[in-house]
Amino acid sequence: MSTTDETPRAPRASSLGPLGFPEPGPPRFESVSDVRTRLAEAGYLADDGIAGVVYLADRLAKPVLVEGPAGTGKTELAKSVARVTDSRLIRLQCYEGLDESKALYEWNYKKQLLRIQAQRVVADGDGTAAAGSDAGTGDGGETRSGVAWRDLEEDIFSEEFLLARPLLEAIRSTESVVLLVDEVDRLELETEALLLEVLSEYQVSIPELGTVRAERIPLVFLTSNNTRELSEALKRRCLYLHLDYPSLERERDIVLTRVPGIGAELADQVARIVRSLRTLELKKYPSVSETLDWARTLVVLGVESIDAEQAKATLHVLLKYRSDLERAAKELTVADAQA
Amino acid sequence: MLDVLTGFVSELRAAGLPVSLTESLDAAEAVHHVPLEDREALKYALAATLVKSSTHWKAFETAFEVYFAMRGPQYDIDADEGADSDRPSDEADLPPGEGQRGRQGGGGGDGLTPEELAEMLFRALMNANEAQMAAIARQAVGRYAGMEPGRPVGGTYYLYRTLRNLDLDGVLDRLMESARQEAPDGTLTPLEERLARDEFQSRLDALRKEIEDEIRRRLVADRGTEALARSLRKPLPEDIDFMHATREELASLRRAITPLTRKLAVRLARKRRHGRKGPLDFRSTMRHSLSTGGVPVDPKFRYPRPAKPEIMVIADISGSVAAFARFTLHLVHAISSQFSKVRSFVFIDGIDEITRFFETADDVADAVHRINTEADVVWVDGHSDYGHALSVFWERWGEEITPRTSVLLLGDARNNYHATQSWVIQEIRHRARHVYWLNPEPRAYWDTGDSVVGEYAVYCDEVFECRNLRQLEHFVSELE
Ligand SMILES: Nc1ncnc2c1ncn2[C@@H]1O[C@H](COP(=O)(O)OP(=O)(O)O)[C@@H](O)[C@H]1O
Ligand SMILES: [Mg+2]
Repeated sequence: MSTTDETPRAPRASSLGPLGFPEPGPPRFESVSDVRTRLAEAGYLADDGIAGVVYLADRLAKPVLVEGPAGTGKTELAKSVARVTDSRLIRLQCYEGLDESKALYEWNYKKQLLRIQAQRVVADGDGTAAAGSDAGTGDGGETRSGVAWRDLEEDIFSEEFLLARPLLEAIRSTESVVLLVDEVDRLELETEALLLEVLSEYQVSIPELGTVRAERIPLVFLTSNNTRELSEALKRRCLYLHLDYPSLERERDIVLTRVPGIGAELADQVARIVRSLRTLELKKYPSVSETLDWARTLVVLGVESIDAEQAKATLHVLLKYRSDLERAAKELTVADAQA
Repeated sequence: MLDVLTGFVSELRAAGLPVSLTESLDAAEAVHHVPLEDREALKYALAATLVKSSTHWKAFETAFEVYFAMRGPQYDIDADEGADSDRPSDEADLPPGEGQRGRQGGGGGDGLTPEELAEMLFRALMNANEAQMAAIARQAVGRYAGMEPGRPVGGTYYLYRTLRNLDLDGVLDRLMESARQEAPDGTLTPLEERLARDEFQSRLDALRKEIEDEIRRRLVADRGTEALARSLRKPLPEDIDFMHATREELASLRRAITPLTRKLAVRLARKRRHGRKGPLDFRSTMRHSLSTGGVPVDPKFRYPRPAKPEIMVIADISGSVAAFARFTLHLVHAISSQFSKVRSFVFIDGIDEITRFFETADDVADAVHRINTEADVVWVDGHSDYGHALSVFWERWGEEITPRTSVLLLGDARNNYHATQSWVIQEIRHRARHVYWLNPEPRAYWDTGDSVVGEYAVYCDEVFECRNLRQLEHFVSELE
């Protein structure tokens, strides 16, 4: 696995960790309720399920796969955990077509080409100067340039020419790191396999440089909107957290924390109406971020307590499909719609 | 603990969850990090390590409630003889009540008359008093469920008996009435009305769950963990048999289908975009080489884009296979953007094209719903007649099949001993790109009784058994 042993060239990466499996490092949280309190202080309201999984992830040094509908706070969870643990947040935003060179590392080939060209200019200069005295000794010239090429090769495959991408960056960081692999369901299967390798070993082998091991295992969050089934192997490796729409109480509290200037009554009403809408059969349910947008809209409009007409007039902030809007407007304003 | 965990993991596996060895070891380790007395924490720790799909959560939860049920003498079915002194919480929550004088012993609340209990239930719900709701749930189960030790009836039977006696619909009406009376001018606006109803409904749901839990705890005490878990085991949504689904199962299938269609659409789109690499794209390679001084460092390839297929679905929608047809039509139309065209036909003994339903409705579910009421599919008696339906299809639409069309036939091919007219399939096969048959019956039943699927099969590319969403998903994702 590791190329350290076979490669004659000694690894020069200064960030190489100790041999063996990386250390998880000191715990970042004391207890589940410690997770909850500190996240709440940072403006992220977790329930016991969320806090419990974050706590376990830290203790077991395992990645968390966070799955759920869009806008339920998956990305925000990772960011908030980074904030409260004073960790550096490293984010890998996934998209279709993301490959090793953007996820792990790549060689800065433009810089390498420039270096090669610079070398050639120097070498050509040498050549013309030596041409008079040394003509005909082609063999010696070749040997010299062979040595020069090996030096050059060693030179252009050194740290200076390496572009570290998020995964390598997270592995070799000496600080505490929260690695966010966002929307992992958009990756192709091959890249997912690469990710799995990194998350199993917490090390990266670079053939030209050697193996880089994590000094401290990063806290890893992978988010997924569930647009495709992830591989069994990746799921086995991770702890699983399903982030669904929050309970009435939690959503109300999220509104209270995230919407400046909102009154308790309006926050409560907003959460209740959204809960009500989520019981209807809709094409797309309002997410937490849409709840927040709606609450902000109402605050801007100076609403303190919402009535059906105001709700109807602003529903488009919450619902995106025409058929959903029509259904919701009817349900909210017609007496006993379900009876 | 380890023993319980081992049993629990085997139960999850028996229920169809793919729990690996690594995961069960993870669970054992995770358990060390939660306080043992904290049941909720234990539940989340086990869920995080053992359940990796939200559709499996329900099966997990049922098993968890059985394996880690609260235990103790207070849950014995014949609790009257049980140790009453072990029931401090009941004593605290429910007063002795009027009827107490005539009775001996009994836990808290045993002495209440039915009217007193109903009144307390109403007030507990009105004030959202959770402790009291739990106590009433216990009391109601003891009183109304009529549980007897060793009786082999399921939990739903006891639940039904308990709920019938509590008359929750009546309670909801009373709650609404008193909410109206409390309103400033004695009425609620439609919006307030709706929000109040939702709130009470969610409290009633909590009560119902409390009652279910109580029944389950007593059943565990009576029958033992494993036996009970076995009798509560339910198929996962993806394994529910289309032909024998209960109403509740159909509802969970409907919930499962939207995320499934999204996944399928992404997968199909991706498959088309990322076929194998095509030939070298010379122009693009040269364009990109400009940044490297004209050295073509990074060769670019053309990606072949396979043409989208055209789909024709011909579905039997009679009785036992109707659910299967509806789910398949729903699925195919929900991902219709992945095909160049989708046309659908439904039949019983007559046949009708229903493509227009999907073109006009902006909701696939609505369109599927319209099939039942608006499609013109009965010719003589409304018993499946594949032969007649297929020959009419051929006469009216046969010429519209092209070499780019894939034809999907859905049904159990139970033809009520009519003529099969299998030549139609042969003709279709000549014109179409592919002909597939999806049969919702178990393979073992094919060609038994009046099933004639074999006669059609000889002219199909392939006949697939398609009993559940798992098999349907697999078929559609391979479709071309
Ligand atoms: N539990 C929460 N506490 C505070 N804010 C939240 C919470 N959940 C969601 N939000 C808000 O919702 C917004 C959307 O969340 P985001 O993490 O982007 O969703 P996702 O990644 O799941 O699509 C965030 O900007 C945040 O303000
Ligand atoms: Mg996100």
